[in-house]
Amino acid sequence: MIPTSWPCPLPGGGTCEEAALQFDEARPVRLLIVPALFDEANRLRRFAVELMRRLDRLGIDSFLPDLPGCTESLQPLDMQDPTDWLDAMAAAALHFGATHAMGVRGGCLLTPNRLPALHYAPVKGASILRQMIRARILSAREAGREESREQLAALAVSEGVTLSGYSLGADFYRHFEPMIPARDALVIVQEQLGASGLWLRAEPGEDAAQAEALAVILHRELSA
Amino acid sequence: MPDNTDLLLRRILTDVLGLKPGQADQFDEQTGLFGHLPELDSMAVAGLLTELEDRLDIVIDDDEIEGEMLETYGGLLAFAEAKRAG
Repeated sequence: MIPTSWPCPLPGGGTCEEAALQFDEARPVRLLIVPALFDEANRLRRFAVELMRRLDRLGIDSFLPDLPGCTESLQPLDMQDPTDWLDAMAAAALHFGATHAMGVRGGCLLTPNRLPALHYAPVKGASILRQMIRARILSAREAGREESREQLAALAVSEGVTLSGYSLGADFYRHFEPMIPARDALVIVQEQLGASGLWLRAEPGEDAAQAEALAVILHRELSA
Repeated sequence: MPDNTDLLLRRILTDVLGLKPGQADQFDEQTGLFGHLPELDSMAVAGLLTELEDRLDIVIDDDEIEGEMLETYGGLLAFAEAKRAG
């Protein structure tokens, strides 16, 4: 596995380098993995890398780019818009010569249109925001403050909002909330992996058997 | 049909807390949750409630979420059973 970088388009023109992990042996199947979003990205990061190691052993190249504003990116998160993320993943797919894309959870909202896509445990934008808003209400309540969902949603679309430590701009919130995964993707549901999803865990965990199960499914689907 | 809320709730907690199979069987009414288990922070509780909604087929309003129901296993079970009974 090699850490690398790729030129990510900037909204105002030009590019900036964003980081990625890659297993690249110039093999015929080259999978772009669009990571899970926000808190789930942390909880699924190790799983994604474990998956890449197994895909490598099965003869599949894979690439895990950072989204601008996330992970190692130097771009400010509160300036991002979901369309920037879509452009970023399309550019990453082109740069790495990906033949297929796989979204993980919220990453399923961002798989490039022009590639055959697989969606692992896809989730809607609204569901992600709903849970993050709930977490904020709970932590505010714990601190003795009352916040309501309506109040937070109004704030989010007028000036942006910080949820679970992630600063989301007003445009981001407005554009992200209605997003749903593309219908033509092949969906891989959690039950196929034989255990519960690692994004549910309160602490980041790992599960070799699940990574293996997903690698085998991907190998079967991508080699067909 | 016997009420399986207890069983489902133990399974959800097993998934969220990453417990070993059978570990959640030892939870009793008084077992402390939110505020007692360091890994169960507000983000984890939000995830737990989302799973409760999905797997028990209920909708939880933010107004309904209060300290008491999250404090102990017994409190959360009573809340879930009441929601399912409609």
